[in-house]
Amino acid sequence: MIAIKAENLTKVFRKYSTRHRFLTFKSALVKGSLFKDLKPDELVTALKDINFEVEKGITFGIIGENGSGKSTLLKIIAGITKPTSGRVITNGRISALIELGAGFHPEITGRENVYINGIMLGLSKKEISDKFDEIVKFAELEDFIDAPVKTYSSGMYMRLGFAVAINVNPDILLVDEVLAVGDASFVPKCLDKINDFRRRKKTIVFVSHDLSTVERICDKVMWLKKGRIQMIGEPKRVVDAYLQDIAEKQEESLETRHKELDLEKKWEEEKREKRWGKREIEIKSVKLKDLEGNEKFVFSPDEGMIIEMDVEAKSKMEDFVFGIGIFNSEGVCCFGTNTHLEDFTPVSFEGKGKVIFKIEKLNLINGTYYLDVATHKRDGYPYDYHKSLYSFAIASRNKSIGIYCPPHSWQFSRKIKIKKPSKK
Amino acid sequence: MLKLIKNLVQLYNYRVLIFSLVGRELKARYRGTILGFFWSFFNPFLLMVVYTVVFGFILRPRDPAFGASPLNYALFLFCGLLPWVWFTSSTIESSMVLMTHGQLIKKILFPAEVLPVVIVLSNLVHFLLGLPILFLFFIILGKGFTWWVLFLPVVIFIQLIFSQGLSFLVSSLTVYFKDIKDILNNLLTFWFFATPIIYPMSFKTIQNSKLLKTFLYLNPMTHIMEGYQYSLFYGSLPHWKKLSVTFLVSLFLFFFGYYIFDKLRDLFPEEV
Repeated sequence: MIAIKAENLTKVFRKYSTRHRFLTFKSALVKGSLFKDLKPDELVTALKDINFEVEKGITFGIIGENGSGKSTLLKIIAGITKPTSGRVITNGRISALIELGAGFHPEITGRENVYINGIMLGLSKKEISDKFDEIVKFAELEDFIDAPVKTYSSGMYMRLGFAVAINVNPDILLVDEVLAVGDASFVPKCLDKINDFRRRKKTIVFVSHDLSTVERICDKVMWLKKGRIQMIGEPKRVVDAYLQDIAEKQEESLETRHKELDLEKKWEEEKREKRWGKREIEIKSVKLKDLEGNEKFVFSPDEGMIIEMDVEAKSKMEDFVFGIGIFNSEGVCCFGTNTHLEDFTPVSFEGKGKVIFKIEKLNLINGTYYLDVATHKRDGYPYDYHKSLYSFAIASRNKSIGIYCPPHSWQFSRKIKIKKPSKK
Repeated sequence: MLKLIKNLVQLYNYRVLIFSLVGRELKARYRGTILGFFWSFFNPFLLMVVYTVVFGFILRPRDPAFGASPLNYALFLFCGLLPWVWFTSSTIESSMVLMTHGQLIKKILFPAEVLPVVIVLSNLVHFLLGLPILFLFFIILGKGFTWWVLFLPVVIFIQLIFSQGLSFLVSSLTVYFKDIKDILNNLLTFWFFATPIIYPMSFKTIQNSKLLKTFLYLNPMTHIMEGYQYSLFYGSLPHWKKLSVTFLVSLFLFFFGYYIFDKLRDLFPEEV
């Protein structure tokens, strides 16, 4: 049994300029040619040739970057917007959680809003009366239900919106990222309710950026990229491919960042604040590589890293220290060291040279990191200091928090029944 | 055409939604005010007082129908003013209704045509709430009624159809041309003076000028207003032929307005 079937869905958005509107308005007035002239200046294709089926009773996840057409697709399934071409066939009553509490009127009480919102969502007055207590209880608003909605906090507003929408008791539930804004106690409650739907074999379409939730609750996942279906299938496989794609993209952007840095001009103008020292010993270039020697910007925590510096001293130097520092995006120093701290004694250096700093295993948590490299005297006088000019990213599926991710493992005695994560 | 009729029938199925939204609109309008619902009575009353002072006492109407009595004139004025307020507020509110309720159209599956209907109906309720005040004044001033007052619902119905048609047209077009809102404000002021509300059709200047007369008769609101004035103030048979034509015009506007609305509706979620 098919719950949702999309056939060749395409959605094109129109953009009009003000001038165009003016001309249309004028000709509509003068010639009465309203529909003919209502043509857009620019077309934006939000969805292109989308074909898929959702079987009844499964939870169907949709992932993709911002602007990939997820919400548009959901709105088309819900019937809120019409596709430019193609069609969607749905079987059963649909409730869409696209925006919670859309249509609440601020001036009237929560009670009245529940009724009107319920009617808007397709319930009869009697159905609402029957479920009223349940709705209020779920929203935890027993004490406020007779106050005007404008006095509600945004959390209360959302809870009431969710409670009404979920009680429409649909055959197909569409959820669009609404859970992203809930507080810590409400989100699990919503997920419980969604799980309850799954147990009762209702169809759910779940749009989210929270990949771990998607992987956990979905039976099938579709990945949209720039309005097209990139992949559709088993959740883990699709999520992995998506993560891979994001990592590659991140790599690209970090790479361009580095390339831009190589331009000498930019150094002087923009980066002065980030680079100082008289350059008695100059750091000519910095390269990040993996242990095999390939230049790279996105690393996994298990990987090692090589920081390669080309340095040059114009005259003979006898007092010098090389150092590096790794900072996270909040500016916290994760690690820093230099040759002086590690008791190397400088002897002499003149001409060109190479300094290689090798990290066997990064063991950092997910995020973007900035790198400082420097040469200076033992007393701290800088020759050439590069402050956060280089960056790299750590991408992994591990969601641990903190700064440092030591190599670790879990062990449980036999009485503790706990399921291992599915192997990555 | 068949689809159009089908959609219109659908509108009937939304009646519970429409009525609860009208109720909400009325509740919300005066929520927080001290006099609350009394404003529905009070607003037209104050309006009448102002017009009576200006046009009755200062400008002194010379038409024989009023017998040189300013209070008589006030009653005449009230007959037209009350339905006119219904007409203008419906039209102006309609021009913005799809934008102010954009959230509904964009975020949930919501039948957009319900919104202009709610606007016209909630303003109708306000109008109906003003009627008792009018009746009260007729009694206090000893003017009295004839049986023709029973004709009133017919006139109200014609205005409802006319106003609703205009409301469909204006609400859908404003989504594309936001300027309509401002054009309307000016147009309605002009329209007000081009309709026999503060002056009767029987006024000598009008009767003597063929041009003026034709112009005023081309305005559907003229016949609707005269309908009110005849059934209430003059207490005689309204011009039923002209009114019938007006009804047909209203019906046409209703279907035309809905046709345009229906034609444009698919793009509302993107444009509002």
